Amino acid sequence: MILALSPEEWQVVVLSLKVSVVAILADLPIAFALAWVLARGRFTGKVLLDALVHLPLVLPPVVTGWILLLTCGSNGPIGRFLLDTFDLGLIFRWTGAALAAAIMALPLMVRAIRLSLEEVDRRLESAARTLGAGPWRTFASVTLPLAMPGVMAAIVLGFARSIGEFGATITFASNIPGETRTLPLAIYTALQIPGGESDVARLAVISVLLSLAALVVSEMLTRRSGQGKAGHAL
Amino acid sequence: MPFDIDVTLQRASARITARFEVGAGLTALFGTSGAGKTSVLNAIAGLIRPEHGRIAVGEDVLFDSAARIDRAPEKRACGYVFQDSRLFPHKTVRDNLLFGWRLAPPARRWMALEDATEFLGIEHLLKRMPRTLSGGEMQRVAIGRALLSGPRFLLMDEPLSSLDEDRRSGVMEVIARIRDELALPILYVSHDRREVDRLADHVVTLTAQGTQVREGLRPSGAASVHPAVPRPIRPTQTHA
Repeated sequence: MILALSPEEWQVVVLSLKVSVVAILADLPIAFALAWVLARGRFTGKVLLDALVHLPLVLPPVVTGWILLLTCGSNGPIGRFLLDTFDLGLIFRWTGAALAAAIMALPLMVRAIRLSLEEVDRRLESAARTLGAGPWRTFASVTLPLAMPGVMAAIVLGFARSIGEFGATITFASNIPGETRTLPLAIYTALQIPGGESDVARLAVISVLLSLAALVVSEMLTRRSGQGKAGHAL
Repeated sequence: MPFDIDVTLQRASARITARFEVGAGLTALFGTSGAGKTSVLNAIAGLIRPEHGRIAVGEDVLFDSAARIDRAPEKRACGYVFQDSRLFPHKTVRDNLLFGWRLAPPARRWMALEDATEFLGIEHLLKRMPRTLSGGEMQRVAIGRALLSGPRFLLMDEPLSSLDEDRRSGVMEVIARIRDELALPILYVSHDRREVDRLADHVVTLTAQGTQVREGLRPSGAASVHPAVPRPIRPTQTHA
């Protein structure tokens, strides 16, 4: 089955993985920081921040893609800055697809991490402090390991969301073979071509296999970390 | 004086004033539930900040609002045994026991893992995870974890309350031995008069009106023979 993939299809799979992995890696620290602030912080404007983080989850993805065009396109303020300062182009580039995937995955990742952070028993942190652990050591040896199932869940959810991203990607980064044509875009493209049904079926099977693989890997990682409750924060 | 406390705490429900100065040995902090006993322990441990006052244990001033001293909890060298034991669920018993020991400066450690496990009778539990322990075993591990962190004094918050009658006497015996053999100043919260009568050298009663101090009733209450500083020990008696 896999062996029967054409070079173009391989390209699609590799690109999809690259876009998703980069999106998740970029999201993780941001999602953790946001989850921490939302779980532990007490400040005015928290409701607003919460709503803002969740926006990509509730907006039509096409609208998110359009907002990305306005802000991060060649003439948008952020896009201009990135292009001038880091020579980082986003439109029609795989980096743009990764940005769209990252934005779409962020709310799910924040939610999963936040839930597990809220479940961490603060009394265990107090105990660690009385035993001589400063705030950072307490975080590293108690809080983070106990929140790990949520981080794992965030990675799986984020990966699933990124690899399936369609609307924001096609709106913002367009549908360029080899640059921004990820799996869903390739499936959509194949559907437009008369007689493309067998291509669609093969790509769909690959999607299923990739998602299953992500689930299995996360299950294994969670087992090894000795928690065994990754599904807890889902 | 081991414990020299004079603090005012504002909790959600009430204002708590605690003022007492007691000698060596085990001091019971006694009072009805809601009188603020646990809050006083938390203030001494540095987990909550008093509105004003002064907390000194032995030579160390841990908190003094007038002198703007407020040591972080991790710098107070207190061994806190919580009512609910609070073992780290993701660490083995061994790693729980060594958590504070590893963090303590070597000069402050006065007990080795082997001594603690023998003293508490928990050698056979080292590889277990906390969730597999019984209540009595958890509480003994929690006591061991506190002792191994190299504390200069112990705070115990109703360490027997989560245990059934059978396990109580075993843990109570351990506490009596800590008092007698390790010579650590202990502040012990309880609302059980029998425990207090059996264990305490001094009794501080906390009420809404303030605090009262009296000597304990235990027959051999020879508190004054305890040295002020804990010395390294090798327990000689076999464990219970």
